[in-house]
Amino acid sequence: MKGEPKELRFTVNGKLHELQVKPKALLSDVLRKDLKLTGTKRGCLESTCGVCTVILDGKAVRSCSILALQANGHQVTTIEGLAQGDKLHPIQEAFINHGAVECGFCIPGRVMMAKALLDENPDPSREEVRLAMQGILCADSGYVKQIEAVEIAAGKMRGGE
Amino acid sequence: MKDFEYFAPKTVEESLSFLSQYKEESKIIAGGQSMLVIMRQGLLAPENVVDIKGITALNYITYDEKEGLRIGALTTHRAIEKSPIIQKHFGVLSEMERNLATIQTRNWGTIGGNLCHGDPAGDPAPVFIALDAKLKLRSLSGERIITMEEFSKDMLEVDLGPDEMLIEIQVPPPRLHTGIAHEKLMVMQGDAGIVGAAVSITLKPEDSVCEDARIVLSNSASVPLRVREAEKRLIGKVISSHLLAEVGEVASAEADPPSDLHASAEYRREMVKVFVTRAAAKALERAKIG
Repeated sequence: MKGEPKELRFTVNGKLHELQVKPKALLSDVLRKDLKLTGTKRGCLESTCGVCTVILDGKAVRSCSILALQANGHQVTTIEGLAQGDKLHPIQEAFINHGAVECGFCIPGRVMMAKALLDENPDPSREEVRLAMQGILCADSGYVKQIEAVEIAAGKMRGGE
Repeated sequence: MKDFEYFAPKTVEESLSFLSQYKEESKIIAGGQSMLVIMRQGLLAPENVVDIKGITALNYITYDEKEGLRIGALTTHRAIEKSPIIQKHFGVLSEMERNLATIQTRNWGTIGGNLCHGDPAGDPAPVFIALDAKLKLRSLSGERIITMEEFSKDMLEVDLGPDEMLIEIQVPPPRLHTGIAHEKLMVMQGDAGIVGAAVSITLKPEDSVCEDARIVLSNSASVPLRVREAEKRLIGKVISSHLLAEVGEVASAEADPPSDLHASAEYRREMVKVFVTRAAAKALERAKIG
């Protein structure tokens, strides 16, 4: 039957969830509405802005452009999954301390993009950081501080400073 | 978006059964990076969606010196971009992927989905045409092989039957003394090219005469367009920069580009000249080396 909910069984931030979703549901909507994880934002809804970026099986993806059911059996990490209780992730700390956050709207997606980059490549070149940051639009900042924050975080995560 | 019936087959055979049952009422979704955009715009509303993204058997990149390259239809753009095999033997594919959309889109979107979407502004099809690639299609009745060029029929229309699936892309082994390049006009990296050109040039080693040439344009017609008159101008000649400029002009005359909010047809025609010349010059340099 059209629109009949199907089972979605997937791990979000390390926790297994089982829910019934309509086939047309998008991953960003399921995260935000069904799982109440509203850190992931809705922006353009046409796959151009990137503020909806989450990590799926270790890779950065745009959650507004993926059917939720495609996450069945997979692992998703959202911004809510980064901090350990009160302890912020080094990327979060770097963004805050370096002044890379202006209005903040693009930041959850941007931090997830940075995490995906650094998990795959702990010592990226500036060009690689720039390319990653390019995947999320920022209407405020001009990107420089954000790129620098990622580099600072990379250094911390590699065990420096 | 309208509701639809949803199936998630795990194998090619299972998918083909669904397609054979629902035919025109069904549409395959792979990564959905193109398809979901038009579904949300209300331009596409299939009754039944066959989600093949989970078919791991179609996710592969293999290379054999005699057979060439085989890319499974569900290989992601990112996998192609990063593949050591592709970077070594078909570097132009990796270069093209680096400029395709964004990292997130490439992480989930598939090469098969891109080709079956049939966007004349798309980058992979012109490059595959320049590489003389073929596609393997399968239905419950059997398999057929079709050239990349023949696959494109019209804007967003490809030669794929309602009960057929794209299985793999086949690229012949690289030829000697052949260079291939892809260039496109982007405002921002990753944009669909306002126009784009994929060029392959093969030289005769003894005298550097052009033995073969393929020039394919994106966003310059309703399909990825092979500009054969322009190609003919190169064949049998030693290529000078003057000839490259002439070839750009001929290509521009063959093109039939659209006018839209990004550029007028007139501007696109001018840019065809520039980008054909640029891509051809790069291809020529590479042909001289390899």
